[in-house]
Amino acid sequence: MTHAIRQTTLRYLPLVLIALGWEVAARLNIIDTLALPPLSSVAVAWVDLVRDGELIDNGIASLYRGSAGLILAVAVGGGLGLCMARWRLLDVFVNPLVELFYPLPKSALIPVTVLWLGFGDGSKILLIFLGCMIPVTIGAYNGARGSDHALVWSARSMGARRLRVMWDVVMPSALPELLNGIRTALALAFILLVSSELIVSQKGFGYLIGYLGSTGAYEGMYAVVLTVAILGFAADRIYQFLMQRLLRWRE
Amino acid sequence: MARVEDQTTLAQAQANISQDALRRLDSVFRTGAGVFSILLLLIAWEVFARSGRVTAFMLPPFSVVAERIYADAISGELWRNLGVTMVRAMAGFVIAAVGGVTLGTLMSRSKIVHWFFDPIISVGFPMPKIAFLPIIILWLGLYDTAKISIVVLDAIFPVVTATLAGIAGVDKVLLWSARNMGARDNAIMWQIVLPAALPQILTGLQVALPIALIVAIIAEMAMGGYGLGGAMMTASRYANSPAVFAGIVEIAVVGYALIKAMALIRHRLLVWHEETAGH
Repeated sequence: MTHAIRQTTLRYLPLVLIALGWEVAARLNIIDTLALPPLSSVAVAWVDLVRDGELIDNGIASLYRGSAGLILAVAVGGGLGLCMARWRLLDVFVNPLVELFYPLPKSALIPVTVLWLGFGDGSKILLIFLGCMIPVTIGAYNGARGSDHALVWSARSMGARRLRVMWDVVMPSALPELLNGIRTALALAFILLVSSELIVSQKGFGYLIGYLGSTGAYEGMYAVVLTVAILGFAADRIYQFLMQRLLRWRE
Repeated sequence: MARVEDQTTLAQAQANISQDALRRLDSVFRTGAGVFSILLLLIAWEVFARSGRVTAFMLPPFSVVAERIYADAISGELWRNLGVTMVRAMAGFVIAAVGGVTLGTLMSRSKIVHWFFDPIISVGFPMPKIAFLPIIILWLGLYDTAKISIVVLDAIFPVVTATLAGIAGVDKVLLWSARNMGARDNAIMWQIVLPAALPQILTGLQVALPIALIVAIIAEMAMGGYGLGGAMMTASRYANSPAVFAGIVEIAVVGYALIKAMALIRHRLLVWHEETAGH
């Protein structure tokens, strides 16, 4: 046990060293404190932002947008991918479009969604939905195409309906690749959310970062930036943990 | 007896030929369907935009957008914006590629370097680095240095992890035999380790390339100025929707071309590798 703790401490020691170096460099004025406020003042600013509710309110707005867009993307993209893998005609006509939109740098959609739905929640949800759908579709498609034909045939011959086969046979075997696609989508959702809020918004983490930066409240700006970065990291780790749980039956 | 054998080989050959033809027919069919569905999309766009169900502001017809792209190409505006964006994205990508491979190599060779950078890479990789954009603006201003820096910051992570994984997966027998034959450390690195790790490194670069393009465009949108992203943002502020859609089409074409080019380079570089065999 103590050995494990010592191992973990040793492993993450560089991060502590960087934090210490940051504090010392800022305190000794080696780096301009305006450009790099000491970590301790950033922590104080963070507590203040939480206390007057600004961080929570904007955070809830961002998490709502992000999760709504991502859930839509998983539902529609996953469904589309599974159907494409099962019905050849759909595959032949939709696949070229997926291939066409896959390399599109998703950030190009920011101005269009603003043009369509304005500055509020709608444009962010649409952006995240459109941006995150393709990786989920590709994951579901590749996963479902890899599913064992013999399994599908035997299920069919035993009288299972198409939808039943989809749910009970194709879906589980597509799961690993589908879940990997969703992981990519999760990271992409954070990027699109923060950048669209930075560029045009009146609410959310990105807005708060931009607002604090433009008023010169750099301690607060650092606090929100670090919050977003840590949330993104935590979301990925939690997702990975759940993914391993979901895939345990495969071992 | 001989005749029966001849017949079976003949039947086999015929089967092979018809299978081959079938496969070729299938690929022709697929390409045709691909071109067809893209054309269909463009026609549907044109018809839907002209049907009066949406305003020309919400969705300008494709022909209007194409005209706009043509006009920009004639006036030189398109090439200027395209050039600026490409320089930023590619400069960031190249720095991230060289820096990432170097850092990955150093990490695999030195325990201290590995100890220091490992937690930074594993914590930093899943973070949305774009959130650091305002800090980078604070430090470096609004010009190219800041834009290229954020591209590097975002694109370097997949390169480092791919390099590390690639080097870790190099066949130990290759290393032992090289050392046995008296190869020096440097020679082993350049002639054995890096080539053997190349497929994985290239995969990392293939992940980093679209990231570089996405981030360069976001940075341009946030900071303004020339470039495809900046031009789109200006157009959006002035509610110039043909120019916004022109931007999407341009960026889509650039993204597609870059990714295809990268795949082609991979194919060329890995001609010796088994993944390319049979193509």
